[in-house]
Amino acid sequence: MKKELKGKVHKFGHNISTDLICPGKYFHLRSDIKKLAGHTLEDADPEFIKKVQPGDFVVAGENFGCGSSREHAPLIIKESGVGAVLAKSFARIFFRNAVNIGLPVMEVDTSRMDSGDELLIDAESGEVKNLSKDTSATATPLSGVMKDILEAGGLKEYVKKGFLGE
Amino acid sequence: MKQTLTEKIISNHAGKKVKAGDIVFADVDRAFVQDGTGPLTVKVIKEMGKGLDRPERKYFFLDHASPSSKSELSDAHRVLRDFASSTGAVLSDVGKGICHQLVAEQYALPGELIVGADSHTCTAGGLGAFASGFGSTDIAFAMATGRLWLKVPQSIKVTLNGELPEGVSAKDIILTLIGRISASGATYKALEFGGEGVENLSVESRLTVCNMVIEAGAKNGVMPVDDKIADYLEKERGRKFDFERLRADEGASYESEIIIDLNELEPVAAAPHSVDNIKKLSHLEKEDIKVDQVFIGTCTGGRIEDLEAAARILEGKKINPSTRLAVCPASEQVFLKALDAGLIKIFTESGGFVVTPGCGPCVGIQGGVLGKGEVCLSTANRNFKGRMGCPESFIYLASPRAAAASSLAGKIVSP
Ligand code: SF4
Repeated sequence: MKKELKGKVHKFGHNISTDLICPGKYFHLRSDIKKLAGHTLEDADPEFIKKVQPGDFVVAGENFGCGSSREHAPLIIKESGVGAVLAKSFARIFFRNAVNIGLPVMEVDTSRMDSGDELLIDAESGEVKNLSKDTSATATPLSGVMKDILEAGGLKEYVKKGFLGE
Repeated sequence: MKQTLTEKIISNHAGKKVKAGDIVFADVDRAFVQDGTGPLTVKVIKEMGKGLDRPERKYFFLDHASPSSKSELSDAHRVLRDFASSTGAVLSDVGKGICHQLVAEQYALPGELIVGADSHTCTAGGLGAFASGFGSTDIAFAMATGRLWLKVPQSIKVTLNGELPEGVSAKDIILTLIGRISASGATYKALEFGGEGVENLSVESRLTVCNMVIEAGAKNGVMPVDDKIADYLEKERGRKFDFERLRADEGASYESEIIIDLNELEPVAAAPHSVDNIKKLSHLEKEDIKVDQVFIGTCTGGRIEDLEAAARILEGKKINPSTRLAVCPASEQVFLKALDAGLIKIFTESGGFVVTPGCGPCVGIQGGVLGKGEVCLSTANRNFKGRMGCPESFIYLASPRAAAASSLAGKIVSP
């Protein structure tokens, strides 16, 4: 994982469900992540996929990623080039999935971040600077296991390094 | 140390006494995937370079696209069939039913620790198991190693008093609870049910309640183990099972307590587009909301008790000509029971149609996908925008009784 992340905000509301992120109607595309990623967040903002630039941030309110366990939701967010997801709070399974696949997720006060704002994130300290508004906020640190997994680049890499949970 | 039921079950699988907040690696009794999450799990297991730990306790359910409606889905099914047969894992093919129904009906036992790559894995908590949903990669880890890391959740105690009045269902209990605590009111926590109200509920009703705890964000929901569960398992599986009557210790520590008096509950529905947007059906009835489709099925509301309740209302009557009625038994066993009891005849004669056991139209793949502007009253657990295939359709969630009554009226009514 890169230590410093910089990009623009794409702001979403509360309770952004995995159905909004990765609509069930594209269920048949799940084995083709590239194609599926063309529909990232489509039911929340149909224009998102046209606007997003590599390294940008998805920023939301409470309970981001609620709903199903589909790991395709964080996978396609990552595939679409998003550098990190920031939200006031996350649904449990989404958060865990994101860490497992190596998509940085940060629980942080997002109320003063708006679409178009430029953020500079220090992944290590969890500090999020809003360069457009000259404000900053600090993310809740990850628990031990999750930090190790994210640092390894995801759960698969973690296991490949010989870790089996003994 | 006094323990909640969740703490007890996780302790039994972590080899030490745990309390809320602890992070542990726990032994997994059973792990499963479905056809939407499974192909990714298979890919990750292969990339991890591992086989399966105790394959006879790993399950591959082909239920979401049952039967497949697209060639890509048929290819995904093939991946799972091949992997199951080469590893010796259990394959549950198209038409056998929804993973959560089959786990409860055929596999899970009280006190077990069960993980699945589907968010409604929490359903099996109704049998007194710790059951929770994860993503494909976590389940790959669990399938390969037989273990998974968990943070022991804090528990919210939900005490159910009394008995449900006539016309009120298990669905109304959980919808009312979610309305009270919100869609994120139990995030990262366990909802532990207790009280005489639980004893009064059938095991199928308990499964319905636990099925939807994820809709409040919970990690798991769990019910105390009693004789009714033993009877249920014997009836479903044709043999006796012996297990401890596990329950929480007196004086265990809870984050908070919620008390629900079942006698005072009324039929309710979750209005679009969120599960905590709860309205009394007696109020919605006044709004004259026309329904294009009624759906009775899913891992929430497609068990035999649900089909029976709906059929009693439909018997000898015709549904409104402007409404479609889709019925989908949650499993093959439910389908067979419904056939034997004459329920399928009732649904068909009343003007409804029956969909192959599986998820049916619940997730917008096949079996009754909604169109633009359409309104559906469903016995499912989710009414998110776009859930049933079209972001410009509207889903109301209610009990099978309310669904049946509304299909007759052609609009949303209280049963
Ligand atoms: S019936 Fe619906 S909620 Fe249940 S497992 Fe299938 S898709 Fe998920």
